[in-house]
Amino acid sequence: MKNSPGERLINGIIRENPTLVLMLGMCPTLAVTTSAINGAGMGLSTTVVLMFSNLIISLLRNFIPDRVRIPGYIVIVASLVTIVQFILEAYVPSLNDALGVYIPLIVVNCIILGRAESYASKNGPVNSFFDGVGMGLGFTLSLTILGAFRELLGAGTLFGITVLPESIYTPITIFILAPGAFFVLSCLVAIQNKVKNSSSKDDGQPQPTGGCGDCSTCGNSCCGSRSFFDMTVDDKKADNE
Amino acid sequence: MKELILLIISASIVNNVVLSQFLGLCPFLGVSKKVDTALGMGGAVIFVITIASFVTALIYKFILAPLDLSYLQTIVFILIIAALVQFVEMFLKKSVPALYESLGVFLPLITTNCAVLGVALNAVQYDYSILQTVIYGFGTAVGFAISITVLAGLREKMEYNDVSPSWQGMPLVLVTAGLMSIAFFGFSGII
Repeated sequence: MKNSPGERLINGIIRENPTLVLMLGMCPTLAVTTSAINGAGMGLSTTVVLMFSNLIISLLRNFIPDRVRIPGYIVIVASLVTIVQFILEAYVPSLNDALGVYIPLIVVNCIILGRAESYASKNGPVNSFFDGVGMGLGFTLSLTILGAFRELLGAGTLFGITVLPESIYTPITIFILAPGAFFVLSCLVAIQNKVKNSSSKDDGQPQPTGGCGDCSTCGNSCCGSRSFFDMTVDDKKADNE
Repeated sequence: MKELILLIISASIVNNVVLSQFLGLCPFLGVSKKVDTALGMGGAVIFVITIASFVTALIYKFILAPLDLSYLQTIVFILIIAALVQFVEMFLKKSVPALYESLGVFLPLITTNCAVLGVALNAVQYDYSILQTVIYGFGTAVGFAISITVLAGLREKMEYNDVSPSWQGMPLVLVTAGLMSIAFFGFSGII
């Protein structure tokens, strides 16, 4: 089962869930999850981009020279994002308005460049495609959960349907405002830490989860910025030789 | 003139880029362990966003808009930013080694800082002139520097607190950021 399409799907959704386990792509995670619908819409748009960017990059992996690979990936991802943006604008204008500037910002989502660099550039097109689907669905799932919590607590609705009428529950508006995003995510990460700590007691000290961005400590190429500038490292190596 | 000062205040404090728009969250959470590094990161972001917003505004006003190519803006802007950051790094290394020493390590982290691309795209959407774009970019970056420095100060104090194991690390930082975000709501009536 190792490295098969099915295993890739499960891996992306549960074992290496990009948001809750790897802490990648924080900006859209917090910004658009004011409701479950917005979270799901953002997640699915990212999934589409991720699926096709993984597929295209995997197909082209033997043609793109190593030194210009990251700019190449960025162009492929940016083109796909532009296509997705036009499709949303044409068919789901209300979602496009709600997500606003965060749709073009999918380009700089660490998940996409991270998967391109660490998986699609080394594996075949079919597996890469399903890796993209799995990672995308994992991202969609966590965004929808986060959005559902915030919508339920902040407005008493779920997917736009009133679940808790105002007569029995006064909505805590702060949950759909900016601070609520931080609070709900911190609770989710704390729960996830709790589960991880109790399953690996022998570890002793709990491992604090790091966010993306501290690339100096991030050994693998989870972060696009690091891999972009690996080129300069390569240059230095070439100079030394 | 009054308008530009209001623009700076609104971009840096009232609509703080990190705490109310969630742009540039990755470095905000990742590089805020120490005040020194947070200041360095803030400085590098101010530097890069100000230059990048000027260059992208020029390209948009004189190349993309006249040729009706504005649908290419995402692709063009991200490539400009990536190239610009690398160029700035090389330039500083050769010409201003002192500044490179203090900002150099942070520059590579900035390409995927979504605040840079976000500022460029927002400026196009709000239909700002070139001067307004640069002021808006500068204000946004100052807001980023303020919030990351404040968070780093708080985190340095919290190092010594006894926190329950599940809340150590990222969850505690997120709660702190949430409280800061509430505090920044207090500015929302200013303008």
